[in-house]
Amino acid sequence: MRFVFEKRQSVSRQALVLVPVGSFFVSLLLGAVLLLASKVNPLTTYAAMAHGAFGSWYNFSETLVKAIPLMLTGLGVSIAFRMRFWNIGAEGQLVWGGVAAAWVIIFLADVIPPWLLLPVALLLGVVGGALWAGGPAVLKATLGVDETLTTLLLNYVAILFSQYLYYGPWRDPEGYGFPGTVQFPQFAWLPRLGGTRAHVGLIFAIVAAALLWFVLNRTRWGFELKIIGENQTAARYLGINIARHIVWAMLLSGALSGLAGACEVTGISRRLQQGLSLGYGYTAIIVAWLAQLNPIAVLFVAILMGALLVGGDQVQMMMGLPASVGIVLQGMLLFPMLAGGLFTEYRLRIIRAEKAAPVAEVQP
Amino acid sequence: MNEPEAENTLKNPILEMRGIVKQFPGILANDHVDLELYPGEVLSLLGENGAGKSTLMNCLVGLYRPDEGEIYVRGQRVDIHSPKDAAALGIGMIHQNFKLVQTMTVAENIILGIGALPFVPDMDAVSRRIRELSARYSLQVDPQAYIWQLSVGEQQRVEILKLIYRGAEILILDEPTAVLTPQESHELAGVIKVMMAEGKSAIFITHKMEEVMEFSDWVRVLQHGRLVAVKRTAETSPQELARLMVGREVLFRLEKRAGTPGETLLELRDIHAEDDKGLPALRGVSLALHGGEILGIAGVAGNGQRELTEVVTGLRKVRQGRVLVRGEEQTNRSPLTMIKAGISHIPADRIGMGVVGDMAVSDNLVMKGYREAPLVEKGVLRPRRILKYARRLIETFRIATPTPQTRIKFLSGGNIQKAILAREISACEGLLVAAYPSRGLDVGATETVRKMLLEQRDKGMGVLLISEDLEELLTIADQIAVLFEGAVMGVCPAQEADIESLGLMMAGVRQTELASAPAIA
Amino acid sequence: MIALITSVLAITLRAGTSLIYATVGEIYTERSGILNLGLEGMMLLGAVTSFATAYYTGSTWRGLLAALAVGGLLAALHAFISVTMRANQVVSGLSITLFGSGLASFLGQRLGPESNNYYLVGMSGPRFSPLVIPGLSQLPILGALFEQDILTYFLYILLPLSWFYLYKTRNGLDLRAVGENPQTADAMGINVVKTRYLYTILGGMLVGLGGAHLSLAYTPGWTENITGGRGWIVIALVIFAMWNPSRAALGAILFGGINAVQFRLQAAGTTVPAEFLNMLPYLMTIFVLIVMTWWEALSKRIGAPAALGKSYMREEK
Repeated sequence: MRFVFEKRQSVSRQALVLVPVGSFFVSLLLGAVLLLASKVNPLTTYAAMAHGAFGSWYNFSETLVKAIPLMLTGLGVSIAFRMRFWNIGAEGQLVWGGVAAAWVIIFLADVIPPWLLLPVALLLGVVGGALWAGGPAVLKATLGVDETLTTLLLNYVAILFSQYLYYGPWRDPEGYGFPGTVQFPQFAWLPRLGGTRAHVGLIFAIVAAALLWFVLNRTRWGFELKIIGENQTAARYLGINIARHIVWAMLLSGALSGLAGACEVTGISRRLQQGLSLGYGYTAIIVAWLAQLNPIAVLFVAILMGALLVGGDQVQMMMGLPASVGIVLQGMLLFPMLAGGLFTEYRLRIIRAEKAAPVAEVQP
Repeated sequence: MNEPEAENTLKNPILEMRGIVKQFPGILANDHVDLELYPGEVLSLLGENGAGKSTLMNCLVGLYRPDEGEIYVRGQRVDIHSPKDAAALGIGMIHQNFKLVQTMTVAENIILGIGALPFVPDMDAVSRRIRELSARYSLQVDPQAYIWQLSVGEQQRVEILKLIYRGAEILILDEPTAVLTPQESHELAGVIKVMMAEGKSAIFITHKMEEVMEFSDWVRVLQHGRLVAVKRTAETSPQELARLMVGREVLFRLEKRAGTPGETLLELRDIHAEDDKGLPALRGVSLALHGGEILGIAGVAGNGQRELTEVVTGLRKVRQGRVLVRGEEQTNRSPLTMIKAGISHIPADRIGMGVVGDMAVSDNLVMKGYREAPLVEKGVLRPRRILKYARRLIETFRIATPTPQTRIKFLSGGNIQKAILAREISACEGLLVAAYPSRGLDVGATETVRKMLLEQRDKGMGVLLISEDLEELLTIADQIAVLFEGAVMGVCPAQEADIESLGLMMAGVRQTELASAPAIA
Repeated sequence: MIALITSVLAITLRAGTSLIYATVGEIYTERSGILNLGLEGMMLLGAVTSFATAYYTGSTWRGLLAALAVGGLLAALHAFISVTMRANQVVSGLSITLFGSGLASFLGQRLGPESNNYYLVGMSGPRFSPLVIPGLSQLPILGALFEQDILTYFLYILLPLSWFYLYKTRNGLDLRAVGENPQTADAMGINVVKTRYLYTILGGMLVGLGGAHLSLAYTPGWTENITGGRGWIVIALVIFAMWNPSRAALGAILFGGINAVQFRLQAAGTTVPAEFLNMLPYLMTIFVLIVMTWWEALSKRIGAPAALGKSYMREEK
């Protein structure tokens, strides 16, 4: 008996849906093994996580707080991934967005009228993220430098640079040594939604997802992006300027992550401080892939990922488990997803064959 | 079906395949095929593309596993799981796409995967042995050379040496002459004769009747995966074989009206260009193509054809020389500029370059036209118009697809090629570059493709036709230019061309030297 | 002056050891055609498990075994996803990193003693101390080579051995063929799937050792994110080494050297902010990448195994 993968005659639609959903449950199952090994009841743990994430209106708003940056970075990463440009620098782009927004608010408050300060800060955050992504894009487009490494390594540079700022020149002199800038003036705070910490970044994310869906699926530019992602040789042959698309797509990708960072500093911390880089930019990769690069799906997957993070915090508080339980679960999500991808195009065939003499016995 | 056993009672077959069945999703590639091979003899396996010849042989060398059937070697039932098993039984195959590692030396390639070698092989001894064998079979090649430094003909010698080195007794050659000049094919026939005289035997896969007659003792004809005839070569004729292979009288003659060449559409002046490795690939190519004309480019693959098409379509930069389209300077322009200058391109690599496999047939059909209204307006695609446009092409060009939304990679090779033709021809504004447009297609599809090219010519388009099939060039081209090592050996009108002199030019003899060249028989 | 050079070299080597292990490991993996971007996660997990094992068993050697096992297991997972399930290798590697770092962080807060609230951070355990070789270590400059820990000494064997294995043995030839042209390797009777599994796992084990060196010798001890991006730098070092183990040391020493210089400058009380010094390895890596890419484009020499990152299947029809 042997197993053979057979190519399907067409793509299996069921598999397209079943695989991500199945992946989530497989991940929970694997997580349960881990929890059992660390002598915790997985059911209680998962119940606590679910309660933490969805148990009340407030809890859900906390899930949204985590989901908003995941949505924006997830959307950003999806654009780049569409053309198989491996932007894993969303974290650094997010940090730059935060730094740029903070710079506007701290240093331009006297120049810009108060009502305009927040919009300018957000805009500059967008620009900051875009430019930080633009560097690797230009390197790739002109010289062909591997983008996986450049985008990733620049994360460390961005994080260190922001640390330098809030530990050094930007540190609040009256902050009792606390590493962070002064708190932003109230008129530069991003409005929050009804008494929770969730902010209007949620609306930005929803609008961005809708626009992105249209751009990717209904415009000439999106069509070309898809061709590049699926087959670069064909794209070149069809006269598509790949270098230019790489740069523009990456600028857009970085812009969304930059917006995420700007929203974080103006909407949550209201100052630039430790904790801007929480790994959203990395989780964004999981979000994008699990959503199969579909902008609308990104929104929902981001909420799920946010729930895992909030759930992790919850079990830390309630059960003394490390909060990274949520991150471990996130990390396990992609394995079944990737492995299952095969089933959308192949089916497993089991062949029973009678045995003939093995070659070794009939050697001349 | 004729059973040849009666005539061969004296000799026992060295190899027997009985009732081989191999199924791929949607295709029955081999349907109860039988095969017998006798020592010291060459068996031709004749059939159209897609008749199942390569599949059958891949089953024999363990690359595929048959779903049903039995294989006997030297009278004993064997189960071949992998090429390693096949090698242990003395079976070796030269594949159509050479199985060579470009970045390794000849010697390294030859000993690749030989398990019996010591853990640290003595490369000097290996090289000595290779030299011995090359001398014995007159297969000249330097064991220390890297594969990427060798010509295609030399690479084939390495492939043959690889089999001999491993002591293969049963050699399978998959269309070995496709990459050779007619003269080199003769030489190959000589090498094979020497090996047969030593008691080895060979299976020769081909779809060319003349080669069956030249090379083999026996011929088996496959059609749609089934064995349809077993003949002694001496007792058959090319005409009979052709009929058996296709299942109907073919040898179609395409109606070709006399051409009326118009203005000069494309002019290449002293083009020099390099290949991907930075080595010179085109050395001073000058050609002119007129409207209403098919200019055929003959030559053994790898003599600059790829670079030539890429230069014309803007995919490759020239180092020296000029490209003129309708008299306008278009040297070193982007692919998009060349598309806008009216050049369409049917690429040699259909799957890799010509289509985007994971996108819909309809998307693939509009990949040239999507830039302009009515398919796009203000940068926004109009899906309904795209679908309508695609449906029309699918109908006009008779592309067999379940739906326009099917991913194109699920289509057959012939239909993918039709889709490319449909897209390129419908977007063509004067100039069509077609690289190996009928390669790997069955007779019906080949006929369609050739007809379409002639139609374009008759409409006044200029067609640059790159082909390795001399018969195709002689049938539909108006002018034939021969490319050798990146230079044009000569251009002659198709009516005046003969295979012998084209062959000499393909081997590097200039047209001007033809009269004085020694006759190579 | 010579004393200074010797001491800088000694620190360089110590800092470079983990990088060399991981680089050699990844060279084996990539030579088989598999790109594993999971190094960062594998090193982290190797570091935490080896430290925890050593801490509880009191044996650094058992710690090493744990790192070998963990590195090998994660690599086997990567091999399963990219070879058997033919998924995208970039994404699979990224998930290995995400999962590995998450799990390492979890274990670091879970495997510690109860007295330390289950945290491993701040605990001290057994370690590989430098073994000064009398005589040899007194040599000027070269003496730096002989005041290292046992893991570094082992590299003096591993590097030449790996080079010999890759270029002079039958198995090395087969391995290179699989990474260059799996179709050919397959037709020549080499088991592509087995080869890819084997060297991905072997590579992963060496990467695990690289992680173990951090927590058992270099730092020693466990801290969150102990690798600080080394797993990513290694990916660049493989390119720098042009997939040749004999050159692996070169790049690693370059980066170890940056670490050493960083230390020296910080110890000397420089006015350059620490953050900028800490950026150096990352910026340097990017610089090296740009130079290598530019050089490759110029010389049209591509050192990467031709089939790197591509999955292979035979019965495609």
